[in-house]
Amino acid sequence: MSLLIEADHLTRILPATVPVTLVRDVSLTVGEQEFIAITGPSGSGKSSLLYLLGLLDRPTSGILRVAGRDTSSLNDHALAHLRLDMLGFVFQFHFLLPEFSVLENVKLPMRKAGRLSSGEMRERAAGLLEELGLAGHLDKRPDQLSGGQRQRVAVARALANDPHVVLADEPTGSLDSKSSEQVFQILRDLVRKRGKTVIAVTHEMDIAARVDRRIHLVDGAVVSDDRVAPAAV
Amino acid sequence: MRLIFELALTHIAGRGRQTIVAILGVALGVGFSIAMAALMQGTEKDFIAQLVDTMPHVQITDERRTARRQPAEDLFAATQFEGLRPKEDRRGILNPAAAFASLRSWVPGRMAQSLRTQGVVRYAGRDVGVSIIGIDPETEARVSSVAGDFVEGSFDALRAGGNNIVVGDGLARRIGASTGTTIQVVAPTGQSRGFRIVGLFHTGNVARDEGEAYVLLKSAQILSERPNAINDIRLRLDDPEAAPRVARQAEAELGYKAVPWQEANESLLEALVVRNVVMYTVVGAILLVAGFGIFNIISTITHEKARDIAILKSLGFTQGNMRRLFLVEGLALGLAGSLVGWLIGFLLCFALSQVEFKVSGAGIGREMTNLPLFWSPWHYAIASAFALISSGVAGYLPARQAARLNPVDIIRGAT
Repeated sequence: MSLLIEADHLTRILPATVPVTLVRDVSLTVGEQEFIAITGPSGSGKSSLLYLLGLLDRPTSGILRVAGRDTSSLNDHALAHLRLDMLGFVFQFHFLLPEFSVLENVKLPMRKAGRLSSGEMRERAAGLLEELGLAGHLDKRPDQLSGGQRQRVAVARALANDPHVVLADEPTGSLDSKSSEQVFQILRDLVRKRGKTVIAVTHEMDIAARVDRRIHLVDGAVVSDDRVAPAAV
Repeated sequence: MRLIFELALTHIAGRGRQTIVAILGVALGVGFSIAMAALMQGTEKDFIAQLVDTMPHVQITDERRTARRQPAEDLFAATQFEGLRPKEDRRGILNPAAAFASLRSWVPGRMAQSLRTQGVVRYAGRDVGVSIIGIDPETEARVSSVAGDFVEGSFDALRAGGNNIVVGDGLARRIGASTGTTIQVVAPTGQSRGFRIVGLFHTGNVARDEGEAYVLLKSAQILSERPNAINDIRLRLDDPEAAPRVARQAEAELGYKAVPWQEANESLLEALVVRNVVMYTVVGAILLVAGFGIFNIISTITHEKARDIAILKSLGFTQGNMRRLFLVEGLALGLAGSLVGWLIGFLLCFALSQVEFKVSGAGIGREMTNLPLFWSPWHYAIASAFALISSGVAGYLPARQAARLNPVDIIRGAT
């Protein structure tokens, strides 16, 4: 099993008059096809750790390797490229661009990557959306969809460039229980059926209980990192 | 880059009301600066046009810039004269026919010669001092603005008889004369002759309307006992701006003082320079204020879009992409605003040009004046360049700031 993400003594301190330590000396590795939940009380640095792993933020100290590359020496441009290739994001709020149609939102990362022709992009985006049960909504605006549907569009967008890792920040945080369950199923299928690695920040014990690996944070430090036997599908 | 353009356009098109406000903000700034510039420059041009119109462009008189050198001074280097009283010369331009012909060979424009002398108009027991100007009606009509200011008669009427005269309506009123009246004109030489008024003119300039009388050149020469003499050549050039050059050349050729209109109105033109400084300050201030308005609107939009910057960054867009995106948006709004602004500026100019108001000249109330406007593509170009620069800066600066921000902060703040 090759390592996708290797974190070595990551620390992130928010510079302020009274510096705040968001992430404290975290070391962990993430391999392929893992389903990981990061849990912890609010303010324990769950999201901060996720953003560090997702290259949206830079650590104050420590080394982070993504796909074997040391990210500390990469500039903004190279980081953006690595994100584009390796990572997909799903946030608590869908964060779709409101002026663009569902299909356009999903196509956006592909267009940025620029590897596919316009027809292929459309086909791939439509395929992803259909798999997520959004076949009839391709040309709608995000504000014409329900919360659960929007979150599924966000998942489709995260998958647009076929990333190795999907990072999810409270993906079910703003959804009702039925939609939550749907999104959870989708994330689990990403691991089980597509072989992706999913790292989800969550405070919902219901979800945390059903993943393969739980990383528990308190005050920015890892207090437990348990692997559990895969639950029955 | 095409993706950036499309993103920018979709952003703009997706926010209908805000986009319209932004474009209108730019457009008003551009439109008003165009109108102000047109008005400011228009009034200046109008002022100069009136100046140039009423005056000869170059006036050559029988004076000299410096006293004539004595022949002996030219012959002997050591000669010096003290307290010399030169013999009285024959006054006027010497050999006028030759001078006139040589000017005609190269001056680009029309010219007229005249003999100007002082005299007294005497009628019904009143004496009024006037300038008596002897002219050739045909050439004079082509040079003098008075030709267009006749209330009754014309210069041509002079030709009908040797004793005809045309005077300003102010003069006629002062002495109680009218067309057909015969008045006495007394010259400094003591010569006195009766002239019949065959025309009245009104220039709007009181000094001229009350103080000028035109007769045939021959009559003026007889009155002043200077047969064949002229002392005044006036040029009306095709290009008024060429006056200083023509005057210099004429002066070098003839030796007589040739005054271009710029020199004759030096103090007025100096006042215009001050006025220009004021004008450019005002137009510049309008552009500056408009620029700030544009900056304000577009930077607000960019700030509101900070969340999109975070989203796009998380999708793999770079800081440079984001800066370019908002620069393009700012420029697009600036461009659209400029185009609408051109229309507004054009319509404003048109509306202003329709404004009419009366200038009551000497109680005659004859003059209906429009606001003078000067149309120049430069006004449009400068105003929209200003708008484009400020909207570009307004898009770029906040975007640069936002692109530098950690997307994490924006995502967190967005809740």
